[in-house]
Amino acid sequence: MRFDPAGFLASIPQPLFWGLVGVLGLLSLGAVAAFAMPVLRPGRDHTNLRQRVTSWWIMAALLSVALLAGWAATLALFAFISFLALREFLSLAPMRREDRLIILLAYLTILASYGFLALDRYGIYLVFIPVYVFLVTPFLMACIGQTRAYLPTAAVIQWGIVTCVFNLGFAAYLSRAPLAQAPQAGGAGLVFFLLLATEANDVAQYVWGKSLGRTKIMPRVSPNKTWEGFLGGWATTAALIWFVGPLFMPIRGLGLGIMAAALPLAGFAGDVTMSAIKRDIGVKDTSHLIPGHGGVLDRADSLTFTAPLYFHILVFFCFHSAPWP
Amino acid sequence: MALIRLLFLMLIGRPIARLMTGADVIGRERLPLKGPAIVAANHNSHVDTVLLLTIFPPQALRWLRPAAAADYFLKDPVIGWFSRNIIGIVPVARAKAGTGVDVLAPARQALLDGAIVIIFPEGTRGPATDEMAQLKSGVARLAEACPSAPVIPIWIEGAGRVLPKGAAIPVPMNCTVLVGEPIGWKGDRNAFMTELRDSLLALGAEAPPQRWI
Repeated sequence: MRFDPAGFLASIPQPLFWGLVGVLGLLSLGAVAAFAMPVLRPGRDHTNLRQRVTSWWIMAALLSVALLAGWAATLALFAFISFLALREFLSLAPMRREDRLIILLAYLTILASYGFLALDRYGIYLVFIPVYVFLVTPFLMACIGQTRAYLPTAAVIQWGIVTCVFNLGFAAYLSRAPLAQAPQAGGAGLVFFLLLATEANDVAQYVWGKSLGRTKIMPRVSPNKTWEGFLGGWATTAALIWFVGPLFMPIRGLGLGIMAAALPLAGFAGDVTMSAIKRDIGVKDTSHLIPGHGGVLDRADSLTFTAPLYFHILVFFCFHSAPWP
Repeated sequence: MALIRLLFLMLIGRPIARLMTGADVIGRERLPLKGPAIVAANHNSHVDTVLLLTIFPPQALRWLRPAAAADYFLKDPVIGWFSRNIIGIVPVARAKAGTGVDVLAPARQALLDGAIVIIFPEGTRGPATDEMAQLKSGVARLAEACPSAPVIPIWIEGAGRVLPKGAAIPVPMNCTVLVGEPIGWKGDRNAFMTELRDSLLALGAEAPPQRWI
């Protein structure tokens, strides 16, 4: 089959096309700022800003290409993100040397889990990690025979697999929504808006907190987070979901209102939960993979909470039963 | 051959090292880009060598020569060819140490020829615990022979979990490479070894806890 650029461009749903153009515009503003700041305020170190902006360009490019290339590419990219996130988590979490091969098996759950989504076996996907991985992992660990720290380790492994693999899988599976279910911008549009709202929430909280933040909200877990940042981010993201969301999602009325109110909370919850884990382990970032941002888990922490919530609010209000029958 | 080595390490070695370890580097700007220089690292896995070779920028690669045990890497002809030509080892005849043979001669010659010699002063792979084994003084003799070469201490955290001694299957886990400030040769072997040891342990203390409990 020959590639037909004009036909491909025409096949991109209009909201998704303009959404991506909008992101490109924002990234260009960021690039201008990264170039302008060293000129406007010389003498300070602007490396972090430049790294942050460069990393945003790369992340946006990867996600855009995957979304435009279709659901298979989106599933593949998210499976890889799950691998990076799980590798970071299991490398920092307290693990015993006897669990080395259990860690290898944990990576294989990524193939199995995303494989069920690729085969459209949503029902099996739903029980595979929460039921069967949950049962088999502790059994295999018992077979290995090391009982020191057995229970906490089994729990830590399950926590990692659920957040990094199972929860992120919901985001990827949205890309398989047929056009009949998501007529606004297709499945890719649903994924796009989830990512947009989640990252906008992170950025809005940061910007509100930086400019107005005074009252600390969780000083023992995340000392830089403030009530002003939390509430400002909440209001900003809720407005984004309420006014822009209908361009991408089939949800309206009460459902949209619940989405607008709940998604920013979930993003905040994911952020501080990961902060508590990092504080417990004693690290600032989960890795240095993404210059200026930290690790994959530092960037995707909110998404591990928003992805399932977004998915299930859509299913409850728009798809009613199991998705895409 | 140098081109084949470069292509192999950059196109195959580097992606594999990234996939298996994440290859986080702290202090990348302190990596030497040309020789003569000595890189002294702790050693828990074969992963250490591949990881160190692939965190350097491509233009530094032609200078990199890991010092490796001749009795281990050169006994099999296939592994021997690979070790010499792709990894680029300088052989150290461990078995002949203490017999009056100068086992460091190839490494010293490489250094004088302008190489960046990678050396694992523990002498062999450790058990991937936090402890570092007693350091062998060969690194001090090399520094003494080439006093213009800075000695860069490097701590590798986590490689012993990816592929510990004796394991056949590698398991991807994040590793962190911490590059320290260069140490110069100041004329005293014992003082040099103490400084190297302290500096390696200080880097290790800075590393994220990528180790077994």
